[in-house]
Amino acid sequence: MNETAECVVIGGGVVGSAIAYGLAKRGVKPLVLDEGDGAIRSSRVNFGLVWLLGKGDGMPAYGFWTRRSADLWPAFAEELKAYTGVDTCYVKSGGLSYCLGEAEYETRSEIVNRMRAQAENDPYEACMIDRRDLVRLMPQVNFGPDVLGASYGPHDGHVSPLNLLHALHAAMTKAGATYRAESPVTEVRPSGGRFEVHTAKGVVSTPKVVLAAGHGTNALESDLGFDVDVLAERGQILVTERMAPVGLLPANGVRQTAEGTFLIGTTNEDVGYDTSTTPQAGAVMARRAIRVIPALAHARIVRTWAGLRTLTKDGCPVYEESAQYPGAFLATCHSGVTLAAIHANDLTEAIHSGKLGANIEPFHSTRLRAQ
Amino acid sequence: MTSETVTVYVDGDPVDVAANASAAAAALQAGLGYTRTCPITDEKRAPYCMMGICFECLMVIDGMPSRQACMVKVRPGMRIDRQLGPRKLQ
Repeated sequence: MNETAECVVIGGGVVGSAIAYGLAKRGVKPLVLDEGDGAIRSSRVNFGLVWLLGKGDGMPAYGFWTRRSADLWPAFAEELKAYTGVDTCYVKSGGLSYCLGEAEYETRSEIVNRMRAQAENDPYEACMIDRRDLVRLMPQVNFGPDVLGASYGPHDGHVSPLNLLHALHAAMTKAGATYRAESPVTEVRPSGGRFEVHTAKGVVSTPKVVLAAGHGTNALESDLGFDVDVLAERGQILVTERMAPVGLLPANGVRQTAEGTFLIGTTNEDVGYDTSTTPQAGAVMARRAIRVIPALAHARIVRTWAGLRTLTKDGCPVYEESAQYPGAFLATCHSGVTLAAIHANDLTEAIHSGKLGANIEPFHSTRLRAQ
Repeated sequence: MTSETVTVYVDGDPVDVAANASAAAAALQAGLGYTRTCPITDEKRAPYCMMGICFECLMVIDGMPSRQACMVKVRPGMRIDRQLGPRKLQ
């Protein structure tokens, strides 16, 4: 089977789908080629935070990019819900990073101060709050005695990542994208200013290709003249039974979902593509969660799972057009959920116009190779 | 099968059940009808698979919430109560 497409997006996770939706809204009819249910898909296994805290330490452009996405999120969530009927359950709640003991409070304060000093017009507007503030913010929660305070970011929030992926798929197809699962791309051949995208089922010829393949990036990037190298980092999660909502603000180690489950995380493990969970990590995560909220000791754990983050060497996103093969674009990042709103807007606008402007230049991968 | 029976309390009412029955079987035998309400929709639910897979039979057993009643064997004096709404964090 040979066919043509206006644009091919390789990857149907939250990054590829957000771009495909943005392109479809701009009148392009992209073909999205995706793997199947067996894919290593970070979009399906993540904590669901829309998060600024700690993003872009040493790279303020990433902080501003993230902040802009957080600012776009409320309207983006509304738009997806109105257009598809799927509620992403987005709440701009503010977000926390709890500090257990003096040392953690000190360390966290230093990070907040350092990041504030890195950029004029501080994009985070984060601050340290103490235990009394926590109790005021969350009167229904009894915190453990070690909780001295937290860093607090007013622009952070959370979302249902599965609903987001569902909404993006519904939105992009409704807007005119064609989605094809079970169609892993095996090779891309640049040829005469166009690209031949090969799958087991046939070849698609297109003038524009966007590589947004997460962990599938490494196998294809050299075909298009890219050299990014996406790394895998495992994060494990414990999931409790559904419980009555207690008005808990999301934090990077514990949040309560719209359905009532508590998600408890997480780990940062370099184990290749191994997605298994370990009781050792579960014990460490549970112990910490119980130090934050002792009543969680009685909650029943119903599932554990592990996902693989998609990271570059410096943890920041890469967006670029191939110098060797113009018309080929690459997008990869750790935070496809947080950045979904800006991916469907600013990033797509740039890819659509064929010009990655000044706001996107800092994300070029040359920084990863410079010493 | 055994002819031995034990007395348990289903939502407070005594009922004699086979000594090797599960708590879910005891609730069904007592004619309790629904055994929990869904924490999301408040729908009434009752034991379904009776083999530990479906989690429809969650009940409060001897004061402990969210137990799979089909996987718990009865014992004399056991209290088997409906679980209503979401469990509280406390």
